Amino acid sequence: MKKQPGLASMMAVYRREVLSYLTTPTAYVFVAVFLFAIGLFTFQVGGLFEQRQADLAPFFAFHPWIFMVFLPAVAMRLWAEESRSGAIELLLTLPAPTWALVLGKFLAAWTIAAVALLLTIPLWVTMNFLGSPDNSAIFTGYLASLLMAGAYIAIGSAMSAITPAQIVAFVLAVLVSFVLTALGLPLVLDFFTGLAGGAVTEALARFSIIHHFDAAQRGVVEFRSVFYFVSLIALCLGWTALAVDARRGG
Amino acid sequence: MLLQVDGLRKTFGRRVAVDGVGFSLDVGEIVGFLGPNGAGKTTTMRMIAGYLEPDEGAAKVFNIDVARERRRAQERVGYLPEGAPLYGEMTPWTFLRFVGEARGMTREAARHAVRRAAQDTRLGDTIDQPIETLSKGFRRRVGLASALLHDPLLLVLDEPTDGLDPNQRHSVRDLIRRLGQDRGLIISTHSLEEVEAVCTRAIIIDQGRIVADAAPAALAGEHGSLEKAFEALTRGEERA
Repeated sequence: MKKQPGLASMMAVYRREVLSYLTTPTAYVFVAVFLFAIGLFTFQVGGLFEQRQADLAPFFAFHPWIFMVFLPAVAMRLWAEESRSGAIELLLTLPAPTWALVLGKFLAAWTIAAVALLLTIPLWVTMNFLGSPDNSAIFTGYLASLLMAGAYIAIGSAMSAITPAQIVAFVLAVLVSFVLTALGLPLVLDFFTGLAGGAVTEALARFSIIHHFDAAQRGVVEFRSVFYFVSLIALCLGWTALAVDARRGG
Repeated sequence: MLLQVDGLRKTFGRRVAVDGVGFSLDVGEIVGFLGPNGAGKTTTMRMIAGYLEPDEGAAKVFNIDVARERRRAQERVGYLPEGAPLYGEMTPWTFLRFVGEARGMTREAARHAVRRAAQDTRLGDTIDQPIETLSKGFRRRVGLASALLHDPLLLVLDEPTDGLDPNQRHSVRDLIRRLGQDRGLIISTHSLEEVEAVCTRAIIIDQGRIVADAAPAALAGEHGSLEKAFEALTRGEERA
């Protein structure tokens, strides 16, 4: 009669979290703001139409920067809210492995990010009316963007697990995300080149989100980049699980 | 033996919250946990429920060590945390189904369990109203229903009647009495009258240690009344 216990708990947590996103205005507000921001940047700043090229490069270019603020806001409540309300005691006294709780919550927030991304598909469709874009490259771009969104949410989850204050979780997550993203910017890299030489700079760049996202933007799925994002997610979720479990120790 | 607690000890920083608590509990017993605020009641209950791990000692549910085999032990315990935290935006129905499914029940089994627990706790029509709109009494009942959902033999209820009006308190006490017939219960409370009314045994804790463990009537007989026993056995000083 019983299902695989860990998986069943994970799915239950996942469903509850998605439901909670949908029954409170948060998710709707975030998705609306995201769509507005991405539209603004793509057309006004990126000049999607002005460049007279049927591709979505100006659209994808802003994803790291918008995600960096938008996704910590989606993820900040994951654990902080449970600590604040005391409901964490309910979760931790369920006969469920910690990973099932962590993963269920992460996947729910990731789903919200995926929905936000899906809602930008009309832009892709429009491109196909206006010209003949490289659809496989755009598809790769979407996959990379989704994977990158997972990384930002995992960072948000990790920060949410260490504080009962959502706003603190948000600020910390934006900070960590910013550092990990900006590490790959020429401006930052030049600074380090002057300071510590080329080898260090190159190593730093490899740890930056933007470095791996840009690689995927060129239309090739590099194993290294997939590995980078998956490891980053795993690392942050591992941290989340440790932080959650640490409560048991008092 | 339903529950065997041996030498439980828990410190938070330099403060010793629980200092060598030990007792056992069998089916048919309703133990009242008494003690001043900060005496270690909640911490002890949290260790039995697997929310906190003890520094020393062990709590064993059906001989399963809670800290070592947490999930197996937790499957056998129904726990109501202090203040009965819930998810306000959910309805009792969706919340209880979530608890059932997170406990590994199939959808059908969870639905069945929710119906039974809702009946036991007399949730009635409130089952489809958002929890945040419910009165304190009904919220407490939702918490109780979630503790009863998997039909555990051991129930650990932290202040199940705290903040309820006299009628609500009365109905929760009736429920506790009914449950106690074929289960083992630990309830913490500040109401001495409640212990006399429903408990078969009273355990008084002070500064992390058990200072009395006897039938309420025996304690009352020895000291004149349960209130006097409480006063005499606990130092009565406020602790942070």
